[in-house]
Amino acid sequence: MTVIDLAQTDVRELNRTLQMAESGSFEVRHPGGAHALAAGLTRPVDVTIDGHAGYYCAGMNQEGIVTVSGNVGTGVAENMMSGTVRVRGDASQSAGATAHGGLLVIEGNTSARCGISLKGGDIVVGGSVGHMAAFMAQAGRLVVLGDAGADLGDSLYEAQIYVRGTVASLGADCEEKEMTASHQEELAALLEQAGAIADAAAFRRYESGRNLYHFNIDNAGSY
Amino acid sequence: MTDSKPDSASFPPRVISEIQRAAREGIYDIRGAGAKRHVPSFDDLVFLGASMSRYPLEGYRERCDTNVVIGARHASKPIELDIPITIAGMSFGAIGANAKQALGLAATAMGTSTTTGDGGMTPEEREASKTLIYQYLPSRYGMTPDQLRQADAIEVVVGQGAKPGGGGMLLGQKITDRVAEMRTLPAGIDQRSACRHPDWTGPDDLEIKIRELREITNWEKPIYVKVGATRTRYDVMLAVKAGADAVVVDGMQGGTAATQHIFIEDVGIPTLPAVRLAVEALKELDMHRKVQLIVSGGIRTGGDVAKALALGADAVSIGMAALMALNCNAPLYEEDYAALGTHPGACDRCHTGRCPVGIATQDPELEARLDPEEGARRVRNYLSTLTMECQTLARACGKSHVHNLEPEDMVALTVEAAAMAKVPLAGTDWIPGSS
Repeated sequence: MTVIDLAQTDVRELNRTLQMAESGSFEVRHPGGAHALAAGLTRPVDVTIDGHAGYYCAGMNQEGIVTVSGNVGTGVAENMMSGTVRVRGDASQSAGATAHGGLLVIEGNTSARCGISLKGGDIVVGGSVGHMAAFMAQAGRLVVLGDAGADLGDSLYEAQIYVRGTVASLGADCEEKEMTASHQEELAALLEQAGAIADAAAFRRYESGRNLYHFNIDNAGSY
Repeated sequence: MTDSKPDSASFPPRVISEIQRAAREGIYDIRGAGAKRHVPSFDDLVFLGASMSRYPLEGYRERCDTNVVIGARHASKPIELDIPITIAGMSFGAIGANAKQALGLAATAMGTSTTTGDGGMTPEEREASKTLIYQYLPSRYGMTPDQLRQADAIEVVVGQGAKPGGGGMLLGQKITDRVAEMRTLPAGIDQRSACRHPDWTGPDDLEIKIRELREITNWEKPIYVKVGATRTRYDVMLAVKAGADAVVVDGMQGGTAATQHIFIEDVGIPTLPAVRLAVEALKELDMHRKVQLIVSGGIRTGGDVAKALALGADAVSIGMAALMALNCNAPLYEEDYAALGTHPGACDRCHTGRCPVGIATQDPELEARLDPEEGARRVRNYLSTLTMECQTLARACGKSHVHNLEPEDMVALTVEAAAMAKVPLAGTDWIPGSS
């Protein structure tokens, strides 16, 4: 385990070290809410951030395994391509925005627009998500063990949403769909991968109604 | 003699026709291209060539340099261009692969840059373009960190002149399997891109976002911020504050492949005042020539280039004009224009995907009408002409570098242009609003 102390060095040096490493384990001490920590990783390095991180922690992650022991700011794991990012605390808005792949686990709650424009990654939230979660999400899965705020899945494309708790309201063209056995099986596997203890049968499933995929004047009131 | 049956000024035939179309279809008109209304423009400025009080340079004997360096503020690898005329961002999807390739080849031959668009970077475009600017857009369609690293600079797109405040649009007929795969969308849907970035709002966030982009690209790439021309003074200041290496300001004449007609014609300000506002903002921050200003929107001639530079821009960017060099609106395949309800010279049917000359299409048969090598030759000729025209004007004003042109070299032909550009009305010392 290599220790990098941000009380002694800066974010540029930290990221340069992590980006150049082929593998190995790193512990980041005194993160102090700094931004872009562990951003742009391209290899399977294991990074533990011992405290709170600011914006864009593990941004655009490729293969990295990043764990944050505290809370994170806006855009954790944004545009992640692969790898795993785990937040032990809460996450601010736009968590996992536009992620193409990989797994983001937020053990606490997350704020607005979690999974916005998701393009293929998986996001598992142990607590609740704020409003507009999965807004315009194109592919991938968002799993919420707690409650979802207003306008869940607004203008959804092909992403899948699973919620165990209550949903304040659904966004435009987001519909509740049947939770089939295959969906339960798929969800159970994802929950296990995320280390989340929950019964897949207790979730409800949402996806796009696909009514707004083409301009139609009769749908104008839906936007 | 008075016309006894005049058209109504408020309801001329074209307005009546549009009202009736709206009543019939129940939806706004969608089209391509930029603003078609008359607006004060570079046409309304003229240069004061050298005579007794200024020495000109010999047209074919004395050097007039055109090179420009973009992005040295923070980036360790700034962009070095031979000419101050770049190719603007246009998406693969909006235009076809042949057109992208032709633009890249032409830009490379002329020592300038071309730019990606919504949907990410195609291998053909990267291969054809020595210097490729990568647009970082609200949709993030096809955006990957690998492509960021493959680019030579990054352009964070906040807005564009044709539709400031609006997102992209690509109708289903252009969402082919390849375009759909690049954008992670179902093929054939009407794609409406986001108008705001998904993970930042406002200049304070943008500052952090830019820092993240730099961290991911090893602080090598220049980072541009592109805005549609609206509240230009404030937007440019905020972009500089956010850490931009260069600012792209796109006036309302700037084109698009598809958006609402009302957006194109009724939102934004012309390029002419936008340049002056942007330069004033940079000077106020002591950042003029430190943060480069790239101006786009209706640049057509070397005169337009020279006038934008004289007002203080470091470079210009061309989109529609480059497509016209590729034969956009050329009098070819006229029956195909007619099938779109238009004719050469007036076509703005880019959104249909049925581009008669094979540019704004994903249809293989139509696209075959554009040979990339031939197209590149035409764009190269056009860029060369613009450059020589710009040099001609600069030499006439006694300048050994096109960046030495200045507002003092020009006067305005209209009161409106004088006020917007803040140069005197010809034959007077009067700058409306200033003196």
